[in-house]
Amino acid sequence: MASSLDIQGVRKCFGKGDKAVEVLKKIDIAVAPGEFLILVGPSGCGKSTLLSIIAGLEEPTEGAIKIAGRNVVGVAPAQRDIAMVFQSYALYPTMSVADNIGFALEMRKVPKPERKKRIDEVAAMLQIEHLLDRRPSQLSGGQRQRVAMGRALARQPQLFLFDEPLSNLDAKLRVEMRAEIKRLHQASGITSVYVTHDQIEAMTLGSRIAVMKGGVLQQLGTPDDIYNRPANTYVATFIGSPTMNLIAGQSMASAQGSTFAIQGADLPLSSAVAHGSQALLGLRPEHIVFNGAAAWRGEVSVVEPTGADTYVVVKTAAGDVTVRTAPQVRVSPGERVGLEIQAAHVNWFDQQSGVRLG
Amino acid sequence: MPKTLDNLLPKLVLAPAFVLGLTFIYGFMVWNGLLSVTASRMLPNYELVGLAQYERLWAMDRWWVALKNLAIFGVLYEGLSMALGIFLAILLDQKVRGEGFIRTVYLYPMALSFVVTGTAWKWILNPSEGLQKMAQDMGWTSFTFDWLVQSDMAIYCVVIAGVWQSAGFAMALFLAGLRGVDDSIIKAAQIDGASLPRIYLRIVLPALRPVFFSTLMVLAHLSIKSFDLVMALTLGGPGYATDVPATFMFAMSFTRGQIGLGAASATIMLATVAAIVVPYLYSELRSKPHDR
Amino acid sequence: MTAKFSIGRFVLMATLLVGAAFFLAPLYVMVVTSLKDAEETRNGNLLSLPGSLNFSAWGQAWSTACTGVECKGLQPFFWNSVWMAVPAVLISTTWGALNGYVLSLWKFRGSETFFGLLLFGVFMPFQVVLLPMSQVLGWLGLSSSIGGLIFVHCLAGLPSTTLFFRNYYAAVPGELLNAARLDGAGFWQIFLRIIVPMSTPIVMVTLIWQFTQIWNDFLFGVAFSGADSKPITVGLNNLANTSSSVKAYNVDMAAALIAALPTVAVYVLAGRYFVRGLTAGAVKG
Repeated sequence: MASSLDIQGVRKCFGKGDKAVEVLKKIDIAVAPGEFLILVGPSGCGKSTLLSIIAGLEEPTEGAIKIAGRNVVGVAPAQRDIAMVFQSYALYPTMSVADNIGFALEMRKVPKPERKKRIDEVAAMLQIEHLLDRRPSQLSGGQRQRVAMGRALARQPQLFLFDEPLSNLDAKLRVEMRAEIKRLHQASGITSVYVTHDQIEAMTLGSRIAVMKGGVLQQLGTPDDIYNRPANTYVATFIGSPTMNLIAGQSMASAQGSTFAIQGADLPLSSAVAHGSQALLGLRPEHIVFNGAAAWRGEVSVVEPTGADTYVVVKTAAGDVTVRTAPQVRVSPGERVGLEIQAAHVNWFDQQSGVRLG
Repeated sequence: MPKTLDNLLPKLVLAPAFVLGLTFIYGFMVWNGLLSVTASRMLPNYELVGLAQYERLWAMDRWWVALKNLAIFGVLYEGLSMALGIFLAILLDQKVRGEGFIRTVYLYPMALSFVVTGTAWKWILNPSEGLQKMAQDMGWTSFTFDWLVQSDMAIYCVVIAGVWQSAGFAMALFLAGLRGVDDSIIKAAQIDGASLPRIYLRIVLPALRPVFFSTLMVLAHLSIKSFDLVMALTLGGPGYATDVPATFMFAMSFTRGQIGLGAASATIMLATVAAIVVPYLYSELRSKPHDR
Repeated sequence: MTAKFSIGRFVLMATLLVGAAFFLAPLYVMVVTSLKDAEETRNGNLLSLPGSLNFSAWGQAWSTACTGVECKGLQPFFWNSVWMAVPAVLISTTWGALNGYVLSLWKFRGSETFFGLLLFGVFMPFQVVLLPMSQVLGWLGLSSSIGGLIFVHCLAGLPSTTLFFRNYYAAVPGELLNAARLDGAGFWQIFLRIIVPMSTPIVMVTLIWQFTQIWNDFLFGVAFSGADSKPITVGLNNLANTSSSVKAYNVDMAAALIAALPTVAVYVLAGRYFVRGLTAGAVKG
């Protein structure tokens, strides 16, 4: 029963007069039926507010929220046919797991046998049948998470909302539950909006990602778009760990056509920037290789082996650069190295605004 | 549920409390104030007489006695209850065996009505049969304790009974406050070489300031209301030597047929309480964060 | 070092026990006196034990002692208090729960201000409402009746019960409410299915606090009751202050103990809820 979600021109202000704070500044997002949209950004970027507005727990100052084409602004949350999984799970403490899962159905006066059937179905899907008679206080964090999801699934809603549901779990459980959520989405096909501040969750779970900052949508795109063609320096440095290297420099004319002059080297790159103008060069750590013959040189400062890769921080005249190499490559602090750039993966940004060029 | 009903329902549910509560508190306060500027005697009479009742009030010796008693009682009752309370709380804080039992014993008087307390202490402080007789029976033949019937000492009997009743309450509040003080600060002080009394004086007691104030608030409010205790212990006597504003007000309004005067005394009581409580409440409500 | 340590502890315990004796002494005196007969009361002293366990004073206190004009003992007053206290406690607790629920979880414009205004009622000296209240009771046809007392106690208890519940419910997480709203639960369903089941601790505190306040009240009892509706505190006071030729202190003490029994029993059985009630009201303000 997947339906589309259209966020049109949504603005949200808190407070009045000169104490007014604009938490959301005109957000437009169209979510196709069955899509898994991620809202990601730092604390205070407005993602949770947007989610609340979609859910109907808050009203927008301006704009429309259309679920399956119907504008639901002003409609009570319970009438929007939405289910939500909360960060703290928000399970009803005095009810059993079964009652928790079935509560919404009870509120809709679904008859008992039908309710029980649905509760059992959902419990089987999430492998929590053995917990049905327990109270939330008797469950572990991961189990509570499953019950919270079960409660949402039992509704068979048009839209699923997730408010940082994995933040309260330890790292190992988080990875497990991430896969679980993805699996459930594939099985149910329900349109979902998922809020997180964790960029790994964003990249692994989403069919499309909306990066937000300061109430403004920075970029909306597939994980591939976001990672490889970030719309500005903020998105570029927010997604991907370690962050993308940003090096300031100037585009120059040369015998080969163009070079990019940075502190201490002239890189044989052509950019979309006119000759003579400044730009920021953006390069991910995995797109730099050690090459003794390269023009750009620096000194190894820190080596961080993680097992699968090794991250090397190199001090150059143009600033510190992080390089990702295979663990077999051995470098040590103090060593002088040459850095070769994979030109195909270069990103260009305006130095003042940070906006992507070309 | 339609949204408008959802908005309306909480307000409807609160409405009785709103109407009745505010009428009961503020409506009646105003009404009482009104009565205090009328010529009411046995029955309410709404002929306005300005501040005449107040003038009468301040001209009455009995009212001054009542005020004086309130001051004496108030200061001693609160002071001694709090001193005893802190003292006992500090002792109990030392992790003694049977703490629960001792705490129960200290606190049970609060479960009694002031009338029960007054009745019991009336017997204990009885000039011929009470403490005096007991001490004399035990060999201390020259012991006299007839404060209860002495005009200028009777009020101190009220103090004794009151402190007996409330010291445990003060102790409970201070103990809770003491327990709330961070253990690690005390341990750090001990490592720094401070002795236990020093630690209490310099670190723990200052941290108890909020508890100190709220206890003071509650005890002050109890002492201004101290009607039951006086009625049971001394009936305001001998004569009106132990009268307090609360008993004065009652006598004037319900026994002497001087409603206007009674209302005036009630207004003064209200003003006294308000002067203490309103700033306290205001600061408490301001500092509490507004959730949701 | 150990010697010093145990002397300190010894002094500590001794002081605490002296304190305990101070608080228990009047109770001891009351019990002991109530078990004496008239002779022993006169001849003995405060602390002397009775010759034998004599419950005659208790019998007198209950059914034959004089409380002014009538000599029916405390019995009628005891039942008056019961008929007054039980409904008043139940009504004021329920009312406080509903108000606390609205004020903490369904806030609207002006609700916080209202709460602040209501809060003053916790501290207000009741002398200031006595005169207007007796007028109103007259108009309502409730003067000198138990119904009138119930009415007054519910109003007088409104600020403190509302305070207790409002502070308790304020700790309910916002997400829990949002989840319930999303699930389609309305005002009453949230209250009855979610809030009330989690209210047991505060209900206990409020019931005990209210029962103690109402059973022990004297001011309203003496101002608003009539011949047939005087609560036990008034009865006790009358009994102890009747000017008869010979004061029967043993009967007085027995009467005081009868009056004290219900609240002390509640305290002994459910004391920790009582303590929580006291500290909740005062410390949180």
